[in-house]
This record gives sequence, structure tokens and C-alpha cells, in this order.
Amino acid sequence: MRGYDVTELAVRNLRESLLRNSLTTIGIAVGVASLVAMLSLGIGLQQLAGRRLEKSGLFDTVVVTSRRDLRGFNRDQEQSGPAPAESPSLTEEARHALEQLPNVVEAYPDIRFITELRYGDQPHLTMVAGLPFSAKNNEAFEGMQGSFFSSDAAPEIILQKAFAEELLGKKPNADDDNVNVADLAKPLIGHDLTMRYAERTASLDAGSGAAQPAKAPSDQGITSASYSVVSREQKLRIVGVCDLDPDSMRGQARARLFIPLKLAQNLHVMQPSDLRDSTTSAPTYTTVEVRVKSPQYVPSVEAAIKKQGFNTFSIVDATTSLRRFFAVLDLFLGIFGSLALAVASIGIVNTLVMAILERRREIGIMKAIGASDADVRGLFFAEAGAMGIFGGGLGVALGWTIGRVINLGTNIYLKRQHFPPEQIWSVPWWLVGGAIAFSIIVSLLSGLYPAGRAAKLDPVQALRYE
Amino acid sequence: MMLAANDTSRAAAIQIENLCRHYRMGEALIRAVDDISIEIQPGEFTALLGASGSGKSSLLNLIAGLDRPTSGSVIVQGSDLAGLSRDRLAHYRRHTVGMVFQSFNLIPSMTLLENVELPLRFAEIDRGKREGLVKQALDRVGLAGRMHHRPAELSGGEQQRASLARALINQPQILLADEPTGNLDSRTGTEIMNFIREFNEGLRMTVVMVTHERALAERYAKRMIFVADGKLEGDQPNLTSGSTVSQGNQR
Repeated sequence: MRGYDVTELAVRNLRESLLRNSLTTIGIAVGVASLVAMLSLGIGLQQLAGRRLEKSGLFDTVVVTSRRDLRGFNRDQEQSGPAPAESPSLTEEARHALEQLPNVVEAYPDIRFITELRYGDQPHLTMVAGLPFSAKNNEAFEGMQGSFFSSDAAPEIILQKAFAEELLGKKPNADDDNVNVADLAKPLIGHDLTMRYAERTASLDAGSGAAQPAKAPSDQGITSASYSVVSREQKLRIVGVCDLDPDSMRGQARARLFIPLKLAQNLHVMQPSDLRDSTTSAPTYTTVEVRVKSPQYVPSVEAAIKKQGFNTFSIVDATTSLRRFFAVLDLFLGIFGSLALAVASIGIVNTLVMAILERRREIGIMKAIGASDADVRGLFFAEAGAMGIFGGGLGVALGWTIGRVINLGTNIYLKRQHFPPEQIWSVPWWLVGGAIAFSIIVSLLSGLYPAGRAAKLDPVQALRYE
Repeated sequence: MMLAANDTSRAAAIQIENLCRHYRMGEALIRAVDDISIEIQPGEFTALLGASGSGKSSLLNLIAGLDRPTSGSVIVQGSDLAGLSRDRLAHYRRHTVGMVFQSFNLIPSMTLLENVELPLRFAEIDRGKREGLVKQALDRVGLAGRMHHRPAELSGGEQQRASLARALINQPQILLADEPTGNLDSRTGTEIMNFIREFNEGLRMTVVMVTHERALAERYAKRMIFVADGKLEGDQPNLTSGSTVSQGNQR
């Protein structure tokens, strides 16, 4: 029999005992639905965790330090490689070289300093960090109120919300997530802060005199190649208030105030490393953060940086174990979801075996007028397959709905607990296709035994059957 | 395919040699067909006569390729059915023989059109050609107007005519009929028998008909074979054939 004939006859046979076949198909649909709902939640949670981690910048950042500083995160790195004294310094050229490495998005110095800020008449002492302009597109600044810096050197400032609270004289709230950033931003944005800081100025030649305050007494051994520290003030306009994760790996989050990185560099604020730099000719950075295209490139970039003689640090291993965790979670959810489908497959076997009993005579007639074993087998197989297709399609729709409802319910709960809404459910196309394919495969496997039995039916016996 | 050795088999439409079909039922061995040898010529109208349980239907099932012999052979067109694979046997049932049954055996959920079309589906005839062939076959038995009816909506005689149309649709050379008038009154029975005779004479089909009514056999068959307890009891040409066609109240 030709394929379209088999299909046509199978569909008309299914229509003949509509109720029973519909119930069986619904059984499959429920099985597929539970599978889809379980997996869509698993995938959704995985994506949620992924988004959260990406936001933290944990996995696409390599922190580079000079071996000279002996402050690498990895002790074992300090025992291998070139001796600290022979290692390169993190100069501007070195930073530029790091930026040229393949798969590196950017490499920016970590400029941070503790200084005093005045708002109104109140002084506040806090950590200020330079923020690269690329952070504008960073998901870390997703929930920011106000706007990002207008340019890379603009005299503007973004506040971390805890500092905004401090400026407004509010008590830091223990229940951190309850703070409404918009409420904090409203009275602050557009106002000016005054930052007082210590500028490191390149020392002109010794003896030019007047510009050099507080020069150390002329002891022996002090050379003229030195620098001066000058107290300065800078007016900064508040442009934004952001809700940054305080545990983030990206340097920015460890500070409470952000100014454009270029501005921070231009200000030449006195850095801890400057003390050491008094003995060298070129200024150096304490830390350079290298942002990589995606976490998968971290190991290769790290290796390349180490080759240049620097210490590196990243948490790439954590992603692998996290992925493994989600793979196991998805597997378990999939197994639980499949259980219902396994039960449904027994339903298919039952329905088809019943159909054989009911249609015994019909099978006998078909054989008497020339149906081959393959024709009969194909017919029952097609019926099982058709139930699989219908059940699979219906099941995906049902599972999608269940997932959506669970998502909705979770968000209502989250809202009551004053958490922002989250997408904990996701139905990718491969899941839709995979679930339908799985349903068809399970149905065909269930049809295997009944179809074989129908094909082997003795026509003489079957015709005698009333 | 096995070719029979002797030359006479080439001429015969059906050649049955030492055919046995034994069943085991508990302890007892039932010899439904017991060492029967017959030769049926092309175009012959043969009646297999016998009482209920004599083995005539078992013999017909063996000729139809629905059952396999315990021993012996059924040679049709040079090939022994006993040696055919299940697939070849299905092909044989599809193309070489057509069958009609006492209980019509139409599929109740299908219309006449679909019932008669079924052997064409198994024969993988193109969809476009099928409806024409079905109409032609139903027209031949006078049912062209009832194509879209289901069997339950038809009389017994009409159902048997539809079943005749189905048996003929793949143009087989042999028509096998198992008590074709057994469920019909005498008038419709005659109608059916006249169709069968028409196929035998007009289309030169070989007909083997199982019946327990000697009068029916005498009226239509050209040869009568008697079976009792699975054995051949008699084999005689019917000299009265065709003489009493007009009056049909033999029951």
C-alpha cells in the first residue's frame, strides 16, 4: 500500500472509534505536556541563572595584575613563571597590548580611590571608581535610573543606591531589594557633588619650586625624578542612580560612586601604586580588567595574558560545574516528565490491542482481498504514529500553557514578596520539535507490538470471528 | 516460485495434488482435508459439494491461499502456493483470485466505493484511476447509484453484488465463492448466481463455488465435486447444467 493510502485509512480508522482514540491521544498529550512543562521550567531556571551570572560579570572577566605586586589571587602562579622583578609592569602600553589580544572586547585599568565628597554641606568619605564607557551597554546598568555619562570624560557621576540613601540621609535598609531606586534618584539627579581628591602631578624639575608643596626634606638619596601631590576639587553632576549587585566580580560594583574612566585617568588621582612608581619612570596600573567576548574564550585569553608575564584571575571553572548542575537538573525533570508519557504509551498499546480484537474480522477481510502483512502492520503503525503526532502537538500546547501559568503564579508570589518579576520558564523551538518527535517515537514503539500482532493474524481464524 | 514438473499442470487452472490439512484440537487430530487430488481447467465452473464440516470450505481456503496445507500442493499458474512466502501469497490473493463469502464480508465502516476500492489500494493503483475502475465494477453489478452507501444501508443481495464487484476489481482469473447465496432468499440468490455465471461465461473466469445445495450446483456448475470427511467422494460433470435457469426456487 502507498504511504498516502496508509495515512488515509489510518486517519479514518481513528475517526471510527473517536472517543477511545481521543482519550488515548489526550493521555499522550498529558504525558508530553508534563515533559514540556518540566523541561521548560528547567531551561527557564537555567537561563535565569545564566542572566544573573552574566549581569554579575563573573564569567567573562579576567583580572590581570602585575607579578611585581605579588598580590595575585592564585598563589601557585607566583611560584612559577618569571621572577617578580623581571616581570613586566602594567603600564598603558601593556594595557593596550592586552586589548589587542584575540577575543578581547576591552581592557581597562581599575582606577579607584577613597576620597571625600561634599553634597550640600555634608562631607562623605567613600570609594570612587572609573567606569569604562562600554559599561553603558552592560546589563549591570539595566535597572539604572537617570542616564549614563554623556561622554567618556564628562564631569558626571553615577551613584550606587546605597550611597544615594546616604546622601539623602536615609538609613541603609536591611531588606535591600525593597528599595525603590526611582524614589532615590528623583531628588538627586541634576544636582552637583564636589569631589576633593589628591592629584599626582608630574614633578617639574627640582628647583622650579613654587608648585611643589610638602616636599620631603632633602635627604641624601632622594632624586629629582619624583612627583608632587596636590589637593584638588572637581564638581560632578549626578546623572544616574544604579542598582548594582554588591557581590559582583566586576570592579565597578565594589565602589559606591562611578565617574567616567577617561575623567578618572585625566584627574591623575593619587593611587596606592604611585608610591612605588616614584622609583620608576612610567606610571603603572594596579589592576587591569580584561573583558572577553564570551565565557568560552576565557581560558585561551588567560593563557595568552600569562604568556606576557602577568598574573590572571577568573572564575571560569564555576561555569562548568554550574552547567553540569543544570544538565543533571534537566535530566531529572525530563525523567519525571517522561513518566507520564510512559504511562500514556501503555494506553496506546491498550487501545491498539483492543482495536485488533474489535477489528479482527476486518483484518481477516483485508487479508483475504489481498492485504499483505506489511499493509496491516503499516496501518496499525500509522494509527499509533498519528496518535503520537496529535498527542504531541496538543501536549506541547498544553505544556506551554502549564509553564506559562506556573510562571504567572510564581511572579504573583514574587510580587507579594516584593521581588521583581522573573522569567522562570522558557520553551525553545528545539523543545517543541523534540517533544513532538519524542511523542511520535514513543507512540511508534508502543504500536510495535500491536502492529506485529495484527500482521500475524491468521486470516481463516479472523474471518471466522464474529 | 516452483514450477510443476508435469506438462498437464501447465494447462490446468488449478492443480491439487495429495492435499492434506490437519488440525490438532486437544488430543484429537482433525483431518479437514485428507489427501485430495483434483485438476480444474481454465474457464471451468466447479461446485464443491458436501455437508457442513465436510472440509469443502477448508479446501477452498487452501485454494484461496488463506491457509497453508499440512502436506501436498496447490499449483496455480505453475506455482505451488505451499512454497510461497507470506508476501507472495498476499500478492496471489490480490491479483490471481477473487473471493466472495456467505456473509459478504464488506467492511461496515466503509462506503461501497471505499470497500470496492480497497483491493486497488493494496495493489497500489494510482489514485486517479481508482474511482473510474470502482464505478465501472459497481455499474457491472447494478450498484452505480449506491456508491456512497454503507453496507448496512443495503439489502443482502446488494451487499453480495458489491462483494462480487470487489472480487473482480483487480481482474483475477479465478473466482472463489464460499456459499455465495447462503444468506440470501432464492430470488436474490438467483440474481447473484446469474452474475457469477455471466463472469464465468463472459469473462472466461474459472469459478470454484462451495455449496451444500445440490440443486444450486446442478443448475449452474459444469462440474460437481463431492467431499465428505475431508476426502474426495465423487467428481462428475454436470449434464443438466443450464437446463433450468429460468425457474429459481430450488430451496
